[in-house]
Amino acid sequence: MKLRLNLSVNGEPAEALVDPDKTLLEVLREDLQLTGTKHGCELGECGACAVLLDDQPVLSCLVVSHECEGRSVVTVEGLTVDGRLHPLQECFADLGASQCGYCTPGILIAAKALLDRDPNPSRDLIREALSGNLCRCTGYQQILDAVQASIVRLGEGGEQKK
Amino acid sequence: MMRLPSYRYRAPKTVQDAAAWLAESPGDTMLLAGGTDLIPNMKRRQQVPSTVVGLRGITELSRTDDRDGLEIGAGVTLTSLVHDERVHARYLGLWQAVGQIATPLLRNMGTIGGNICLDTRCTYYDQSFEWRQAINFCMKKDGDTCWVATSSDKCLAVSSTDAAPALIALGATVRLVSATGTREVALTDLYANDGMHYLTRRSDEILTTVTLPKADGWRTTYWKLRRRGSFDFPVAAVAAAARFDGDRIVEARIVLGAVASRPLEVPAAAARLAGQPLTDDLIASVADDAYTLAKPMDNTDFELVWRKKTVRSLVTSALRELRGDDMRAARTKLARHPLLVIS
Ligand SMILES: Cc1cc2nc3c(=O)[nH]c(=O)nc-3n(C[C@H](O)[C@H](O)[C@H](O)COP(=O)(O)OP(=O)(O)OC[C@H]3O[C@@H](n4cnc5c(N)ncnc54)[C@H](O)[C@@H]3O)c2cc1C
Ligand code: SF4
Ligand code: FES
Ligand code: FES
Repeated sequence: MKLRLNLSVNGEPAEALVDPDKTLLEVLREDLQLTGTKHGCELGECGACAVLLDDQPVLSCLVVSHECEGRSVVTVEGLTVDGRLHPLQECFADLGASQCGYCTPGILIAAKALLDRDPNPSRDLIREALSGNLCRCTGYQQILDAVQASIVRLGEGGEQKK
Repeated sequence: MMRLPSYRYRAPKTVQDAAAWLAESPGDTMLLAGGTDLIPNMKRRQQVPSTVVGLRGITELSRTDDRDGLEIGAGVTLTSLVHDERVHARYLGLWQAVGQIATPLLRNMGTIGGNICLDTRCTYYDQSFEWRQAINFCMKKDGDTCWVATSSDKCLAVSSTDAAPALIALGATVRLVSATGTREVALTDLYANDGMHYLTRRSDEILTTVTLPKADGWRTTYWKLRRRGSFDFPVAAVAAAARFDGDRIVEARIVLGAVASRPLEVPAAAARLAGQPLTDDLIASVADDAYTLAKPMDNTDFELVWRKKTVRSLVTSALRELRGDDMRAARTKLARHPLLVIS
């Protein structure tokens, strides 16, 4: 029997009739057509599938659909407001923090969660907050640079209108 | 794609209801807390419960309570513990252990109860179904032979919880609740040195609380070896706790992680610390004892002989830190990045 799920996705109510054995990652990609969140290891070992669940960054490949009822999910698609990129996304693009791009959605989510909690984190704190996200391309320095640059841009009023 | 197998899901709101669900069919029902151990295991068909009882709706499991010491609900997340100033101030070894578990994203999901009950690990077991099928499985799941020691009649999978050695060093007890009653046991007695039957928890019991005694005069520390500065499980670790009277130790506990199928206490080595000032010679000799007692098997990351040798260095570092030496540089070198207080 299918499972009927009601949840909030990127600020909008969403309803889906899903296979109950699916993970949140599978529901997002297969039932809600939100393919920004990436399918990596599926075992908690890479961070590509990170989303905000009730404002906390978690791995959607390890969340069972049953436990999503009534909760709020923010995916990388939700970072863009009215077609305007989040300062983090602009900085990632400007500073070459994304190469193949596979890790980028998960890293943007983890970085956004950090900046929401602490608008001016040290480089060590950024490194710590992103230490659950693998990137096989960049070597990480550009990613740390981009998150730091976005702090400046957010501080200059680059904040998106809500 | 690695899909979950089919299962029936239950979401009790109270421990009593959870215990009742569990009692219906304890043999093929499993508890789901943060899911960071169970879900990967289900995807790889290492664990295939027909019913899963989700604990996240039971609010009483995510409380902490400051009474005589600290009572921590089994459902408290690792992130909440890292952010808990009481843990940092009074139980530093536990804070150091929990702060080095997995990754920040996994710590947001993973709970202390799940960490205590974490499945034992092995290179021949933590693999996909197809991989295990190709070696005709192993004794722990679906097979007959232990590929680590083919003549062994017991599974030698490794206890890989970071929190348990620290909790045992701190003298923690746990509460287990079932439909028929409640019991309190020393955490050390929850474990058995058997990779398959590594917990003495009955299959109808729920671990509800971990209780730490008052920190009164105890200093604790935790040292962990893993390949990367993040993600990886411990492949050798030590938790040490000592109560001092001036520069002499009154009482000490040393617990080794990831060198047996249970957190391994080495009481004879720890007892030698009592009544003595912590000199370099004493530290070296106790570290040597711990090294001798550690019996890691060749079923984790890193070369076995070297891994066993690291126990000596880890115990040395731990005891030096308890003595008050400034070990920050050594710790950062091993952990790859400083452990941070995040508020
Ligand atoms: C990539 C990766 C890296 C990891 N690295 C580490 C590491 O470095 N160190 C480490 O210690 N762990 C590590 N883990 C394992 C895991 O994330 C943690 O141990 C975590 O604390 C498990 O808690 P959980 O709530 O997610 O457990 P779950 O997966 O929900 O449960 C784990 C087990 O405990 C049982 N259980 C859960 N709650 C209870 C309860 N209240 N009563 C009785 N039984 C219960 C479950 O049935 C299951 O068997 C890692 C995991 C991954 C995927
Ligand atoms: S120690 Fe032996 S029986 Fe246990 S999981 Fe490894 S190979 Fe299997
Ligand atoms: S896909 Fe979820 S952590 Fe890799
Ligand atoms: S940009 Fe390719 S994995 Fe990070």
